Amino acid sequence: MTSHFLWLVLFSFFVSLVFAVLLRDEPRQQLRTGAMMFGGFVAAALVLGWLMFPFPL
Amino acid sequence: MTTKSTAAERPRAAAEPGTLVLLCLAAWAIPGAGHLWRGRRQKGLVFLLALPAMFLVGLLLHGRIFPLELSEPLVGLAALANVCAGGPWMIARLLGAGGGIVTAATYEYGNCFLIVSGLLNFLVILDAFDIGMGRK
Repeated sequence: MTSHFLWLVLFSFFVSLVFAVLLRDEPRQQLRTGAMMFGGFVAAALVLGWLMFPFPL
Repeated sequence: MTTKSTAAERPRAAAEPGTLVLLCLAAWAIPGAGHLWRGRRQKGLVFLLALPAMFLVGLLLHGRIFPLELSEPLVGLAALANVCAGGPWMIARLLGAGGGIVTAATYEYGNCFLIVSGLLNFLVILDAFDIGMGRK
Protein backbone atom coordinates (compact mmCIF):
# COMPACT_ATOMS: atom_id res chain seq x y z
CA MET A 1 0.00 0.00 0.00
CA THR A 2 2.95 2.36 0.41
CA SER A 3 4.57 1.94 -3.02
CA HIS A 4 4.75 5.52 -4.26
CA PHE A 5 5.61 4.33 -7.75
CA LEU A 6 2.48 2.17 -7.93
CA TRP A 7 0.25 5.13 -7.04
CA LEU A 8 2.10 7.29 -9.55
CA VAL A 9 1.51 4.71 -12.30
CA LEU A 10 -2.16 4.30 -11.32
CA PHE A 11 -2.71 8.07 -11.24
CA SER A 12 -1.01 8.45 -14.64
CA PHE A 13 -3.18 5.66 -16.05
CA PHE A 14 -6.46 7.26 -14.96
CA VAL A 15 -5.54 10.77 -16.08
CA SER A 16 -4.20 9.55 -19.45
CA LEU A 17 -7.30 7.42 -20.01
CA VAL A 18 -9.75 10.26 -19.33
CA PHE A 19 -7.79 12.84 -21.35
CA ALA A 20 -7.30 10.50 -24.31
CA VAL A 21 -11.01 9.63 -24.45
CA LEU A 22 -11.98 13.27 -23.95
CA LEU A 23 -9.68 14.67 -26.63
CA ARG A 24 -9.87 12.02 -29.38
CA ASP A 25 -12.84 10.39 -31.08
CA GLU A 26 -11.30 7.39 -32.86
CA PRO A 27 -10.32 4.40 -30.65
CA ARG A 28 -6.96 4.11 -32.44
CA GLN A 29 -6.15 7.76 -31.81
CA GLN A 30 -7.33 7.42 -28.22
CA LEU A 31 -4.98 4.50 -27.66
CA ARG A 32 -2.06 6.33 -29.21
CA THR A 33 -2.67 9.58 -27.30
CA GLY A 34 -3.29 7.73 -24.04
CA ALA A 35 -0.13 5.65 -24.39
CA MET A 36 1.97 8.71 -25.19
CA MET A 37 0.51 10.66 -22.30
CA PHE A 38 0.96 7.77 -19.87
CA GLY A 39 4.58 7.24 -20.96
CA GLY A 40 5.21 10.97 -20.66
CA PHE A 41 3.80 11.11 -17.14
CA VAL A 42 5.87 8.17 -15.87
CA ALA A 43 9.07 9.20 -17.68
CA ALA A 44 8.79 12.82 -16.51
CA ALA A 45 8.23 11.70 -12.91
CA LEU A 46 11.28 9.42 -13.02
CA VAL A 47 13.51 12.06 -14.64
CA LEU A 48 12.38 14.79 -12.22
CA GLY A 49 12.85 12.39 -9.32
CA TRP A 50 16.45 11.73 -10.32
CA LEU A 51 17.12 15.43 -10.95
CA MET A 52 15.85 16.27 -7.46
CA PHE A 53 17.84 13.48 -5.85
CA PRO A 54 20.89 15.64 -4.90
CA PHE A 55 18.75 18.28 -3.19
CA PRO A 56 18.22 17.69 0.53
CA LEU A 57 14.77 18.29 1.99
CA MET B 1 -16.10 14.58 -53.67
CA THR B 2 -18.15 13.68 -50.63
CA THR B 3 -16.85 12.25 -47.38
CA LYS B 4 -18.75 9.74 -45.28
CA SER B 5 -19.37 10.50 -41.64
CA THR B 6 -21.00 8.48 -38.93
CA ALA B 7 -23.90 9.75 -36.83
CA ALA B 8 -21.59 10.15 -33.84
CA GLU B 9 -19.21 12.39 -35.83
CA ARG B 10 -21.84 14.77 -37.12
CA PRO B 11 -22.63 17.73 -34.86
CA ARG B 12 -26.26 17.67 -33.78
CA ALA B 13 -28.60 20.59 -33.33
CA ALA B 14 -28.22 22.52 -30.07
CA ALA B 15 -30.43 21.30 -27.26
CA GLU B 16 -32.99 23.54 -25.53
CA PRO B 17 -31.62 25.59 -22.59
CA GLY B 18 -33.64 23.55 -20.09
CA THR B 19 -32.34 20.32 -21.58
CA LEU B 20 -28.79 21.69 -21.44
CA VAL B 21 -29.15 22.41 -17.72
CA LEU B 22 -30.48 18.89 -17.14
CA LEU B 23 -27.66 17.47 -19.25
CA CYS B 24 -25.04 19.26 -17.16
CA LEU B 25 -26.72 18.25 -13.90
CA ALA B 26 -26.86 14.62 -15.04
CA ALA B 27 -23.21 14.79 -16.14
CA TRP B 28 -22.31 16.16 -12.70
CA ALA B 29 -24.38 13.67 -10.69
CA ILE B 30 -23.27 10.62 -12.66
CA PRO B 31 -19.88 10.96 -14.39
CA GLY B 32 -20.32 10.18 -18.10
CA ALA B 33 -24.13 10.42 -18.01
CA GLY B 34 -24.09 13.50 -20.27
CA HIS B 35 -22.16 11.64 -22.94
CA LEU B 36 -24.39 8.56 -22.64
CA TRP B 37 -27.46 10.81 -22.97
CA ARG B 38 -26.12 12.32 -26.20
CA GLY B 39 -25.25 8.92 -27.67
CA ARG B 40 -21.50 8.93 -27.02
CA ARG B 41 -21.63 5.47 -25.47
CA GLN B 42 -17.92 4.61 -25.53
CA LYS B 43 -16.84 7.88 -23.96
CA GLY B 44 -19.64 7.81 -21.42
CA LEU B 45 -18.83 4.29 -20.25
CA VAL B 46 -15.12 5.09 -19.85
CA PHE B 47 -15.95 8.18 -17.74
CA LEU B 48 -18.57 6.23 -15.78
CA LEU B 49 -15.99 3.63 -14.79
CA ALA B 50 -12.76 5.64 -14.54
CA LEU B 51 -13.83 8.70 -12.55
CA PRO B 52 -15.67 6.96 -9.68
CA ALA B 53 -12.82 4.40 -9.56
CA MET B 54 -10.33 7.22 -9.21
CA PHE B 55 -12.43 8.78 -6.44
CA LEU B 56 -12.66 5.42 -4.66
CA VAL B 57 -8.88 4.93 -4.84
CA GLY B 58 -8.51 8.39 -3.26
CA LEU B 59 -10.74 7.33 -0.37
CA LEU B 60 -8.89 4.03 0.05
CA LEU B 61 -5.62 5.96 0.25
CA HIS B 62 -7.03 7.87 3.25
CA GLY B 63 -7.52 11.09 1.31
CA ARG B 64 -9.71 13.83 2.73
CA ILE B 65 -12.89 15.37 1.34
CA PHE B 66 -12.26 18.99 2.21
CA PRO B 67 -14.89 21.20 3.89
CA LEU B 68 -16.00 24.33 2.06
CA GLU B 69 -14.06 26.90 4.07
CA LEU B 70 -13.72 30.21 2.31
CA SER B 71 -11.44 31.59 5.04
CA GLU B 72 -8.74 29.21 3.78
CA PRO B 73 -8.57 29.68 0.00
CA LEU B 74 -6.62 26.51 -0.82
CA VAL B 75 -8.94 24.35 1.29
CA GLY B 76 -11.93 26.04 -0.36
CA LEU B 77 -10.57 25.35 -3.84
CA ALA B 78 -9.86 21.72 -2.96
CA ALA B 79 -13.42 21.45 -1.60
CA LEU B 80 -14.81 22.85 -4.87
CA ALA B 81 -12.78 20.30 -6.82
CA ASN B 82 -14.20 17.56 -4.56
CA VAL B 83 -17.76 18.77 -5.18
CA CYS B 84 -17.18 18.55 -8.94
CA ALA B 85 -16.86 14.76 -8.58
CA GLY B 86 -20.68 14.71 -8.25
CA GLY B 87 -22.31 11.41 -7.35
CA PRO B 88 -19.25 9.76 -5.77
CA TRP B 89 -18.77 12.87 -3.61
CA MET B 90 -22.42 12.81 -2.50
CA ILE B 91 -22.30 9.11 -1.65
CA ALA B 92 -19.03 9.52 0.26
CA ARG B 93 -20.48 12.43 2.24
CA LEU B 94 -23.65 10.48 3.05
CA LEU B 95 -21.60 7.52 4.25
CA GLY B 96 -19.34 9.75 6.32
CA ALA B 97 -16.26 8.70 4.33
CA GLY B 98 -13.38 10.97 3.39
CA GLY B 99 -12.30 12.01 6.87
CA GLY B 100 -8.69 11.58 5.85
CA ILE B 101 -5.81 10.31 7.98
CA VAL B 102 -3.11 12.97 7.97
CA THR B 103 -0.49 10.61 9.39
CA ALA B 104 -1.03 7.98 6.66
CA ALA B 105 1.84 7.71 4.16
CA THR B 106 -0.68 7.84 1.32
CA TYR B 107 -2.67 10.85 2.59
CA GLU B 108 -1.38 13.29 -0.04
CA TYR B 109 -1.80 10.71 -2.80
CA GLY B 110 -5.39 10.19 -1.68
CA ASN B 111 -6.04 13.94 -1.79
CA CYS B 112 -4.50 14.08 -5.26
CA PHE B 113 -6.78 11.30 -6.57
CA LEU B 114 -9.88 12.88 -4.98
CA ILE B 115 -9.17 16.40 -6.26
CA VAL B 116 -8.13 15.37 -9.77
CA SER B 117 -11.13 13.06 -10.23
CA GLY B 118 -13.35 16.08 -9.48
CA LEU B 119 -11.46 18.35 -11.85
CA LEU B 120 -11.55 15.73 -14.62
CA ASN B 121 -15.31 15.36 -14.11
CA PHE B 122 -15.60 19.13 -14.51
CA LEU B 123 -13.88 18.85 -17.91
CA VAL B 124 -16.23 15.98 -18.80
CA ILE B 125 -19.23 18.18 -17.88
CA LEU B 126 -17.90 20.98 -20.11
CA ASP B 127 -17.44 18.48 -22.96
CA ALA B 128 -21.01 17.23 -22.47
CA PHE B 129 -22.17 20.87 -22.58
CA ASP B 130 -20.31 21.41 -25.87
CA ILE B 131 -21.92 18.28 -27.31
CA GLY B 132 -25.32 19.52 -26.12
CA MET B 133 -24.68 22.86 -27.82
CA GLY B 134 -23.96 21.02 -31.06
CA ARG B 135 -20.36 22.19 -31.21
CA LYS B 136 -18.99 18.64 -31.36
